[in-house]
Amino acid sequence: MKSESVLEKVLVSGQLAVTSECGPPRGAVPEIIKEKAELLKDYADAVNVTDNQTAMVRMSSFAACVFLKQMGLNPILQMVTRDRNRLAMQSDILGAYAHGIDTMLCLSGDHPHFGDHPEAINVHDLDSIQLIQMVKTMRDEGKFQGGADILNPPKMFIGAAANPFADPFELRVARLSKKINAGVDFIQTQCIYNIDKFEKWMKGVTDRGLHKKVYILAGITPMKSAGMARYMKNKVPGMDVPDEIIKRIADVPQKKQADEGIKICIETIQRLKEVEGVSGFHIMAIEWEQKVPEIIEQAGLLPRPVV
Amino acid sequence: MITAERKPMEELTEYVKNHDRILLVGCNECVTVCAAGGRKEVALLASALQMDAMQKGKTLDITEITLERQCDPEYIEELTPHIDQVDAVMSMACGCGVQEIARRFKNTPVFPAVNTKFMGASERQGVWAERCQGCGSCLLGLTGGICPIARCAKRLLNGPCGGSSNGKCEINPDLDCAWQLIWDRLKALGMEKQYEEIIPAKNWVSGRGGGPRKIIREDLAE
Ligand code: SF4
Repeated sequence: MKSESVLEKVLVSGQLAVTSECGPPRGAVPEIIKEKAELLKDYADAVNVTDNQTAMVRMSSFAACVFLKQMGLNPILQMVTRDRNRLAMQSDILGAYAHGIDTMLCLSGDHPHFGDHPEAINVHDLDSIQLIQMVKTMRDEGKFQGGADILNPPKMFIGAAANPFADPFELRVARLSKKINAGVDFIQTQCIYNIDKFEKWMKGVTDRGLHKKVYILAGITPMKSAGMARYMKNKVPGMDVPDEIIKRIADVPQKKQADEGIKICIETIQRLKEVEGVSGFHIMAIEWEQKVPEIIEQAGLLPRPVV
Repeated sequence: MITAERKPMEELTEYVKNHDRILLVGCNECVTVCAAGGRKEVALLASALQMDAMQKGKTLDITEITLERQCDPEYIEELTPHIDQVDAVMSMACGCGVQEIARRFKNTPVFPAVNTKFMGASERQGVWAERCQGCGSCLLGLTGGICPIARCAKRLLNGPCGGSSNGKCEINPDLDCAWQLIWDRLKALGMEKQYEEIIPAKNWVSGRGGGPRKIIREDLAE
């Protein structure tokens, strides 16, 4: 074992892992994060806590992770390289680990252009791959990026994202391989709606044997309505929503569209369970966390293993 | 070259509102090429400023001069005979030129007439685009001759991010994704393997990270 991470234990045991996501509030309101955490508590092995997602200011991932930890959940500290340089990132990693947070997700982050502070500079002292390298060096060599020794080095289980749907497609397996070489332990993918394309990517992954070097959790996000599906397709960078999905949701009456969205999710999970190299699911119900338990339950992913 | 764009008229008239005699100084280098501050632009701005002054019922005396290079003290000296006849200087050069004038003439205010933009190249007539951020340790040899620091919106050294779509950057559909360009070029050169080499964390000391920079060539320095 590389860490004490529960997520690592579940994955090593060979069972399908389940992670979910929780966005911190736009204010100093611990109740909001606690309510979301309560919903996910017994359903996910670990819960991502986003870091100024979509470049909008929110309670820090680190602070929100501490609330989750205190409630007995296993938070995954998300960290984007957009807002902090290598000093700030390393000090947060030390702080998080000192609070018992042992799992992270390394990202470059959305551009400030998309958020509520478009005038801010984006730091990008490191990119996501260099962040992975840094966290691995901290863990395995007990050294800061600058080379000095760390007292009680943080043993993080290291995650990153992969988007099989972004361009150029032919590069996306090679990019995963780069993240593996940098030292990533697990991957959470972009939300999957175009299953054929995902399977094509996974074929490229398994052909190179990369699924034996990294755990891949398939990203799942339920659609609330045809409007949301259209928005995701047209407005969210790197999202691939096939027209059939939009049509399927649009074809049922408005009131039933949410149910149809959940149904699609569950079918997707069932199909992906059969795909070689899929080690689990990352279920992100953005501001719709109350639906996560039923998705996990109906997809046959309960009970969660005790490790 | 260094590119620039002229500032809006209101900002320029505000600068000179309390001055009667100004020296308007162009530069014959980069800003001439990008049509922001050469001889022609000096003449145009001089008449625009005079027109504005006239409308406001005041007189503005403008001496026009365009130097070979404003970033070179040797040429700045050519301003010496004029400087006592004016009460302010307006420079149409890049920020380097403005600062050279300020350094040489301690008692005369100098105002910038352009916004200095970036180091770039001309893509076609009338279009310039950023190409280099002067990081001080060039890695174009690793990236197929396309700079991710200057041309990727997130300056990812190991891109592309998950937002690259149809060759365009996620922040603007009119902007090429630098990493698509890099990949296409590596492919064309048969250097796909190069892509899988991780470019490690950059040492920014050679760039702005190390504070203001200076080059000292012992063989040339006096
Ligand atoms: S889309 Fe391409 S250019 Fe734009 S931020 Fe992502 S990698 Fe950089």
